[in-house]
Amino acid sequence: MSQFILHKENTRGHANHGWLNAHHSFSFANYYNSERMHFGALRVLNDDLIDGGQGFGAHPHDNMEIITIPLAGAIAHKDSMGNEAVIKAGEIQVMSAGTGVSHSEVNALPNVQLNLLQIWLFPNQKNVAPRYDQRMLDVNARHNNFQQILSPNSTDDNVWIHQDAWFSLGKFDADFATDYKIKKAGNGVYAFVISGEVTIDGHILNEKDGLGIWETDAIKFKANTADAEVLLMDVPMEF
Amino acid sequence: MQTTKLYIGRDAKITKIMRRLLNARPEWNGFSVCTDDEAISICHEQVVDLVLLGNGIDQDCEDGLKLELRAIKPSLKIIQHYGGGSGLLYGEIMEAL
Repeated sequence: MSQFILHKENTRGHANHGWLNAHHSFSFANYYNSERMHFGALRVLNDDLIDGGQGFGAHPHDNMEIITIPLAGAIAHKDSMGNEAVIKAGEIQVMSAGTGVSHSEVNALPNVQLNLLQIWLFPNQKNVAPRYDQRMLDVNARHNNFQQILSPNSTDDNVWIHQDAWFSLGKFDADFATDYKIKKAGNGVYAFVISGEVTIDGHILNEKDGLGIWETDAIKFKANTADAEVLLMDVPMEF
Repeated sequence: MQTTKLYIGRDAKITKIMRRLLNARPEWNGFSVCTDDEAISICHEQVVDLVLLGNGIDQDCEDGLKLELRAIKPSLKIIQHYGGGSGLLYGEIMEAL
């Protein structure tokens, strides 16, 4: 019998700093909810709106796999490994913080609001050498399909991390239905609805809702509205 | 309630920031060090409630530190700190204490 946890959009943690309007699916910064600490190896899911030209100055990280997916706009990244890049909507960025890295993240556009998802996963090994990657995703490949955008395998398309996790993005026509098979025994899936309305294993989800499902090997998915867009995070429940 | 935390990590820049973060609330008192000897010294001199293990501490050092620090205070809570900054720190401390 599968287990589930539902996080409705309006139950997320919220912090409005003026230039930054952040919603936290899990405890983060000053938002603390003992029942929202993590979903397996998934520790952070932040949905950030950042004003034009604003952002996070140089700050450190260690021992965390950090994935950034811009949904609208572009983010300028600079880090202590010497990487300097702009990541636009349609791209994905990954950083293994490992033994320690410092970076800044700023809205690259002066007059356009940036919306991004920042996702942190516990790594499957501590103190790895820091690494950085970013890729342009083929957005057409996710039409009525869960397009794999992240995996543990360096030989797969798109990005990889130090964790037995697989991320997939899909954008669906209304009434399109499919199953998603969990990639590894013991993993669960956390679904985050980017836009539209979908039904997953009988649960109706709207924009920015999250649903975690585990103790199953597959989930049933159906799009209820046109252009429904969903991010699936297939992560170890024990790590 | 006033609580005292000690962060141990090998990256000096992160360690310095952690010291500031661990003293960012009126009820928090915090120390941060890069070496095991400094950590042991602080635990002898202060009543530490929580130790956070940060970056770069290999398994042998971690095991050794736990033995040494718990010999000083058997009830000492020792946890892994992830992320190297403010994002997870508050939640980790709230969960531990």
